[in-house]
Amino acid sequence: MTGIDFTAGWVNGWIITIVLINLLGCLWLLWWTRKRPEDPIKDGESMGHSFDGIEELNNPLPHWWLNLFYFTIAFALIYLTLYPGWGDAKGVLGWSSVGQWETEVQKADNRYNDFFEEYAALPIEQLAQNEEVIKTGQRLFGNNCAICHGSDARGNVGYPNLTDGDWLYGGTPDKIKETLTNGRGGMMPALGAALGEQGTKDVAAYVLSLSNRSGSGDAAAGKEKFDMMCAACHGPDGKGNHMLGAPNLTDDVWLYGGTEDTIIETLNNGRQGKMPAFKDQLSPEKIHVLAAYVYSLSN
Amino acid sequence: MAKTHEIVEKNVGLMIVLTLVAVSFGGLVEIVPLFFQKQTTQPIEGLKPWTALQLEGRDIYIREGCNTCHSQMIRPFRAETERYGHFSVAGEHVYEHPFLWGSKRTGPDLARVGGRYSDQWHYDHLMNPRDVVPESNMPGFPWLDDNVLSGETTGAKMKALRTVGVPYTDADIEGAQAAVEGKKEIDALIAYLQGLGTFLKVKR
Repeated sequence: MTGIDFTAGWVNGWIITIVLINLLGCLWLLWWTRKRPEDPIKDGESMGHSFDGIEELNNPLPHWWLNLFYFTIAFALIYLTLYPGWGDAKGVLGWSSVGQWETEVQKADNRYNDFFEEYAALPIEQLAQNEEVIKTGQRLFGNNCAICHGSDARGNVGYPNLTDGDWLYGGTPDKIKETLTNGRGGMMPALGAALGEQGTKDVAAYVLSLSNRSGSGDAAAGKEKFDMMCAACHGPDGKGNHMLGAPNLTDDVWLYGGTEDTIIETLNNGRQGKMPAFKDQLSPEKIHVLAAYVYSLSN
Repeated sequence: MAKTHEIVEKNVGLMIVLTLVAVSFGGLVEIVPLFFQKQTTQPIEGLKPWTALQLEGRDIYIREGCNTCHSQMIRPFRAETERYGHFSVAGEHVYEHPFLWGSKRTGPDLARVGGRYSDQWHYDHLMNPRDVVPESNMPGFPWLDDNVLSGETTGAKMKALRTVGVPYTDADIEGAQAAVEGKKEIDALIAYLQGLGTFLKVKR
């Protein structure tokens, strides 16, 4: 980041000239309105202005007060010289807002980098037992993840619960890190048109039967369609596939809800849940600590 | 001395002129140079004007007063860059007329909200923020899901922006209505939000 860079040469002179005119103008005004020995009206006497019985007397400013005004002018000159003030001059102190930010970040990095580097070298299973790591991870989670997964990480409709040990893409440390770094994109296609109204009901009935429930459709007919259209991702037994992020349909964990109506809605319109990638926002070391926190929630 | 004083005090016209001169100093020296500064007048590398849909989304953002509670200005403080990402730079905003930096954060800063959450999250959140963030005090905007854009004025808006230096092409302007027509307002707003702050390559 460089300093100020003007597109026209005159701007520099313009700034310096106007600032100087301003300061000299103030100085002249102070000098011009000063108290003079030859003034015909002495201290405390009437200036001859009277309005509604209120009279203006000649009461000049106390000296210490007047000197404060002269001091502000001197202060302005010093300040403009120390900090970037005279046109594109960088100032004697070399201060800049970006420089101040860099110093601030550097100071924090010096303080925290050792911590993050030390933990980056350790396996996540071990970090998940470390109270300090968990506390740090919890802060990172609160800032980056809680807005979808909730501050208690129990998720919401459409946003997975991270505490129940049930994983779409797998819950090993490596998989969690992969999810955090690159994000995930759900790709349940809309099958309403292909299945037809009755077909959708039948498949829903079969899906419900996987978790020992029943629906209004014909589960046996649904199974045939399921084997053809759904088993490729969810598996022939409906237990899902971590490689594809296809959920297990035989348990009682439902991302979008497990009622017949919701299952039919999912079949009709598909689902494209999206976990954003965090590799741009968080450093790999921070993702490591965050992954340890997420891992600790269910292990 | 007394006499010269009187000339100013008893001459309202002269007093107005001198007052204007006195108060214009600040603007002349602090605002005018910004029009001639590379950082504030030249776009950052890769900056693109909003698409037709995003532009409509931006107007909805203004209409609903989002900028009264959300700023779009990450200041160069570590506390802010840790939370929101790289601080805002002037070159990101050269196509913004008017800019929507805001000055109050009842909600979080949105300068780099683009890509941070999914489209579906934004949809859920705009319909009823408490569905996804129970602690939120942001109002819901469910009518955005009902209102449909006609796109009749989108091209004209782009033309107006072009006159103040936003590089829209003729093709952009001609295709504006088709790109917007029939789209829901909520989708336009989400398209805009997903674009915020995404042009700066360094994110943190």
